[in-house]
Amino acid sequence: MKPIPAFSPLARVLHWLMAVMILSMLFIGIFMASSLGPSYHRLVSLHRPLGIAILVLALLRLTYRLRHAPPPLPNDLPAVLKLAAKGSHILLYALMIALPLVGWGMLSAGGYPIPLWGNAVLLPPILPHNPAVWSWLRSIHTVLAFTLFGLVLAHIGAALFHGLIRRDGVLQSMTGRKTPL
Amino acid sequence: MAAKSTGPSGSALRWLGVAAAPAALALGFLWAGGWLSPNRVTQNRLMGELHDAGSYGQGFRRAHSKGVCVTGRFDASGAAASVSKAAIFHEQSVPVVGRFALGAGQPYVTDNPATVRSMALRFMPKDAPEWRAAMNNPPVLPLRDAQDASDFFSSQRIDPATGKPDPARVKAFGAAHPWLQAAAEKNAHRVITSGFADDTYHSLDSFLLVGETGTKTAVRWAMVPVQLVAPADTAAGGRDYLFQRLIADIHDHPLQWHMVLTVAGPHDAVNDPSQIWAQDDRTIDAGTLTLSAVESEDGGPCTGLTFDPLVLPPGIVASADPILQLRSGAYMRSFSLRSGEKRGPSAITPAMTQAPAAESEKKS
Ligand code: HEM
Ligand code: HEM
Ligand code: HEM
Repeated sequence: MKPIPAFSPLARVLHWLMAVMILSMLFIGIFMASSLGPSYHRLVSLHRPLGIAILVLALLRLTYRLRHAPPPLPNDLPAVLKLAAKGSHILLYALMIALPLVGWGMLSAGGYPIPLWGNAVLLPPILPHNPAVWSWLRSIHTVLAFTLFGLVLAHIGAALFHGLIRRDGVLQSMTGRKTPL
Repeated sequence: MAAKSTGPSGSALRWLGVAAAPAALALGFLWAGGWLSPNRVTQNRLMGELHDAGSYGQGFRRAHSKGVCVTGRFDASGAAASVSKAAIFHEQSVPVVGRFALGAGQPYVTDNPATVRSMALRFMPKDAPEWRAAMNNPPVLPLRDAQDASDFFSSQRIDPATGKPDPARVKAFGAAHPWLQAAAEKNAHRVITSGFADDTYHSLDSFLLVGETGTKTAVRWAMVPVQLVAPADTAAGGRDYLFQRLIADIHDHPLQWHMVLTVAGPHDAVNDPSQIWAQDDRTIDAGTLTLSAVESEDGGPCTGLTFDPLVLPPGIVASADPILQLRSGAYMRSFSLRSGEKRGPSAITPAMTQAPAAESEKKS
């Protein structure tokens, strides 16, 4: 069997950079939203710009992805798994874009000023002031964040399944390591 | 399958490898969310404690539930311009939306002069970020941090037998928090004024003002009434008499307050709102607040937002006072909960805030 070619260096850098950012954001989010402690405000102030950075990177990454086909999955991968891989990747992209937009939109609807950096640089509101929409989007932000977390866990499990059980070179296509384990 | 067989034990180890990373992350997530730390004071726990202490909920603020909206303006005196670059300390006629409220969590509670009274303000300068401030009438806060607040609200839990907090629990809270005693005593001996219009409202928490050159000045502030101060009546009025008096006063003439900043002296505790500051601290009269119109919360401009004390403009930053963090998180949670609930009419209806004539009829 021919080894699978690797993702391009740019695709790999974006993947790993965003993996670290998204995992950090999920942990910062869940921690701060349950917290009333001394780091609450600092974390919220970090959560907003980091989330917006993820939005920008995700849009760049999606544009790049639509122009550069990824390496093919192994031929012998069962069709269901291929479908699951494809579907989960689409969902991951969708959530990387939707979650920060919901975060931004909910604070807009809540009538909050949305500082991006310090308290002088503000984001403009993207939704009109509407408290019912604020409350609804605030719940949606939680639901989407938990969905993303579940999906990331499954994704990591799948990547390790490729790397440790199937050893079919899919994990290496993203780590960039040439020699199989 | 391309899997190379490595014997049963090797393959078990590999499967363990596959499961371990997601499992470890999931565990970390549970920890971060507080599910593994039952003693942590979380937002949900505090909301539960407020509920058990009698907060009504159902679309109303979890605290300070009975209120009215007011509007007016703020005119800087210029005296604070050198210590803070915030637009509010430099400009004239800054539009203000505010809210007067009773501190209790019950939107239909009977007015009582001894109940904490509050003034919340949203300053909206034309070309600068807004500032939100929420102030109470006691001069000092008998709470130091999130743990104190959680202990306090759980000591206020309503005993179903009496419909009141259990006095033994209230006493036990005092005994277990001797560091709050001085503040509690100061509040117990405060002057109780006749109504909203002649009351003084305190920031309680401390903030840092940032000057043009980056200088930082720790302050607390108070809104000090221009109206003559009268002591509270001894005879109680009707259910809404304090609000009715406020409405009549505003319809009669605009109400004014001076924003008086108190600059922390060398021995004043900036990061602990339960500490009383020295009597001889320098003060700055930063400007005058003028409130000229009053509206019901139903449809009024103060309902669909929260007066989060950490919504700050350039020129004002939070001090390390832990109560500020607690309030910011709690206000956001209260705001998202209430905004998703169906809400009954406010005690102070649009009809009551509109017509001074109807208002005076009710009094008789
Ligand atoms: C990929 C991006 C993002 C991720 C993964 C993420 C994740 C999370 C998570 C896990 C929570 C906790 C939810 C809960 O337990 O209820 C949360 C809360 C929150 N997020 Fe995000 N978020 C993202 C982007 C944003 C953005 C862009 C904003 C605002 C501009 C934002 C604003 C908030 C706010 C205000 C909260 C609530 C804090 C509180 O309740 O005290 N998020 N986020
Ligand atoms: C927050 C974390 C992560 C996110 C959001 C994420 C997202 C994604 C997405 C969207 C793809 C599809 C790439 C494309 O087709 O354009 C992908 C591929 C991949 N990811 Fe991740 N990833 C994360 C973490 C990880 C981790 C921790 C690993 C390794 C343990 C990993 C391993 C892989 C591998 C091997 C591929 C290639 C799969 C294939 O060719 O079909 N990812 N990732
Ligand atoms: C220490 C623990 C405190 C807790 C747990 C707490 C909690 C709350 C909550 C849940 C609300 C309702 C927010 C909303 O739904 O918009 C509220 C409102 C308010 N709080 Fe606090 N608070 C605390 C301390 C303080 C302090 C120290 C002050 C004043 C200096 C203050 C002044 C106010 C005012 C004025 C409002 C009403 C705002 C309005 O009229 O909308 N609170 N508080």
